[in-house]
Amino acid sequence: MTLKDLRPGESGTVTGYEGLGPAGRLMEMGLIPGTEVLVVRLAPMGDPMDLKVRGYHLSIRKREAARIYVEKA
Amino acid sequence: MADPQPLRVALAGNPNVGKTTLFNRLTGRHQRVANFPGVTVERVSGTLTGAPDVEIIDLPGTYSLTPRSVDERIAYDMLTGRIERKPDLVVCVVDAANLERNLYLVSQIMDLALPLVVALNMVDAATSNGLEVNSEQLSNALGVPVVPLIATQGEGIEELTAQLENVPTPPEGRKWELMDAVSKRVPQLVDELAAEAPDLPHQQRFLEVLHALAEDQVLDYWRNTAPRFVEQVEAVRQDFTARNVAFRHAEVAGRYAWLGQIVRRVTTRIKGPSSVSDRIDAVVTHRVAGPFLFLLILVLIFQAIFSWATPAMDLVETAVGWLSAAAQSVLPDHMLTDLLTDGIIAGVGNVVIFLPQILLLFFFLGLMEDTGYMARSAFIMDRIMKRVGLSGGSVLPLLSSFACAIPGIMAARTLDNERDRLITIMVAPLMSCSARLPVYTLFIAAFIPQQQVLGLVGFQGLTMFSMYLLGIGMAFIAAAVLKRYVIKGGQNYFVMELPPYRRPRLSQVLRRMITRSGVFARRAGKIIFGLSIVLWFLASFPKGPPVDTAASLETETVQERDALLAQAAQLVSLHSDAQGNLTVDDDHPDLVTARSLEVQAAELIATATDSIQFAAQAHQIRNSLIGRFGRLLEPAMQPLGFDWKISAGLVTAFAAREVIISTLGIIYSVGDGDDSVALRDALKADRYADGSPVFTPLVAISLLVFFVFALQCMSTLAIARRETGTWRWPIVMWLYMTAIAYVASLIVYQGGRAIGLG
Repeated sequence: MTLKDLRPGESGTVTGYEGLGPAGRLMEMGLIPGTEVLVVRLAPMGDPMDLKVRGYHLSIRKREAARIYVEKA
Repeated sequence: MADPQPLRVALAGNPNVGKTTLFNRLTGRHQRVANFPGVTVERVSGTLTGAPDVEIIDLPGTYSLTPRSVDERIAYDMLTGRIERKPDLVVCVVDAANLERNLYLVSQIMDLALPLVVALNMVDAATSNGLEVNSEQLSNALGVPVVPLIATQGEGIEELTAQLENVPTPPEGRKWELMDAVSKRVPQLVDELAAEAPDLPHQQRFLEVLHALAEDQVLDYWRNTAPRFVEQVEAVRQDFTARNVAFRHAEVAGRYAWLGQIVRRVTTRIKGPSSVSDRIDAVVTHRVAGPFLFLLILVLIFQAIFSWATPAMDLVETAVGWLSAAAQSVLPDHMLTDLLTDGIIAGVGNVVIFLPQILLLFFFLGLMEDTGYMARSAFIMDRIMKRVGLSGGSVLPLLSSFACAIPGIMAARTLDNERDRLITIMVAPLMSCSARLPVYTLFIAAFIPQQQVLGLVGFQGLTMFSMYLLGIGMAFIAAAVLKRYVIKGGQNYFVMELPPYRRPRLSQVLRRMITRSGVFARRAGKIIFGLSIVLWFLASFPKGPPVDTAASLETETVQERDALLAQAAQLVSLHSDAQGNLTVDDDHPDLVTARSLEVQAAELIATATDSIQFAAQAHQIRNSLIGRFGRLLEPAMQPLGFDWKISAGLVTAFAAREVIISTLGIIYSVGDGDDSVALRDALKADRYADGSPVFTPLVAISLLVFFVFALQCMSTLAIARRETGTWRWPIVMWLYMTAIAYVASLIVYQGGRAIGLG
């Protein structure tokens, strides 16, 4: 499953990326394989997502989230 | 300066870690704002308080040194000495409460083998978040000095200053592990790069190779200067891909693996994490409350900009008027005096008048930045903005543009995606700025009936509101079109930190407000200064003979006066004897009449002097280059319903939109637009030769629509030039907006006539 499929309150571990895209930036922000991610909430209109990664809040769009594979915790 | 080679200290760090606060603490008042060569990123530097031989340069806040954004490119080039002399020491500010991600940048700087000090900031925030960081252990693990700080309170500043005077030796050797498969291939690429780019210092080659492997942008950077290196990198990439080696992750994964275990070792959780920020977010980004709060904040900012700024703006207007009058009374009646008062003082006044609004706007923007709300507004609005090709980060620049496009365009810097930034800049001037307001007000008050619609809203208010909506709608359309057809390239993505909420510090907010407004005033001022002179020249030359209306008006007035005086004299002579002595009492009705006739004659001359002067000005405008240009444009503007006077007004409005009012004021001989009622009446009364009115409600609407879309503001063009670094974008901006304005007005006017209006 991908990060996009996690619902608010659910967490998972990143297992990999699909394609290239903004992966470089996302990884530098600490979202690399092996990292735990918690989906804190969605923006009022359902997109983007508010994630908790390595102790801080990171916001990304669902389109990017759909390219990050996770294993649900 | 004591030392010809001052110690150069570069201040690096992620965004939102208190880097600017620390910079202010270190430099106090000794700051200088300039630009990095060739780009629009501000170069803020200063000298250490009490040590003028220590120069501190505040680098742009970045998460990484991999040069993807302009800011990262600058930070990287500064640290590697590509654009200026390499710093002698780097201070990397890190957020103690968010150590792991912050150390990523530290580890990249370490690989450049520059003397480095880590400023461990916000240890108080970390503690209240339940985290304790052992700075000594951290220092040992990294192999660089670490100074704990609370920059906002000034704690630890002395220790850091002491560290600056005692430059540590640079960290040696790479401490993190690069995955084997990649590590094996790097030395060969480093050698190749060294051969083709011998100028590149050896400490940098390693990082450069890693970036070239991972980022296409960096690889392209070398394509011309090191083609063999690029070829080899491409070959290695193909090999990796074939063998399924995750080479693009290699650097990041290696660094985080090393940092992860350091952070686990040096931080202790003393209590559960604070949930204050999360609880605030639960409300601020709530499905219903969030957008509502956002709207409320917007209304507040608008209210502030439109009404709180008014007294200050009036004050500026009065001051400019006073200054101009004072100059006129002191200086001789000369052309150069006119240039000073009508050209320079009036022109610069047109910029200064917006300062109150801009100060307020920057105050609110600063407040939103420092509290952390800015990021939330982008979070809330991203979905809507994405739909039209923008991003959540464009919301604030666009909102700022309702006050003035200039701060709006400058605020677009906060967008880290170059493509989004450019599109935002290109559509920002479509937001109805405050300079359009006086124009809207004049024409709506004059030509839109004061009727109520459905007994609720007035026609006039509705028209005003439609003007704003029209601008917003077109901005969205333009953004979508620009994105699809014009400004291509670059991934459009949204990766944004939501920093914890923080209590803003008023002194910081005010200080930044003043710095930014100062930058605006200087930049816009310089350009306006020059262009005002040009426009004044165009409006004042060629000097025609004082003929026409002015002269005939003068003759008429004199004749009228003489008639009155003659009448009075005749009355007096009726009651005088041969010696000219009066034969009746002083209060005889005929004598009273005669005296009042004399008074009338004097008044006639007094009032006529003003209208003669205005008539002369009108004549001057008509014959000036601008007037000629207006008449030249008339055939092209007639399909929109505009005569030569409006066309001339539009030409002068290029300097700044509201100038059209004073131009029309002069053309219609009612003065400089202070008396808007007189101008309103004059506009309504104006007729073409065939007796039909020049202005009908339809013409007024056509003109309003033109003002919504047209880019009539040289300051905007100037700032767009500064912010995009080329004239190309401001020219495109002007062309597309003018084209839309023309076509839209054409449709309004011709369409209106076709259905029998106006």
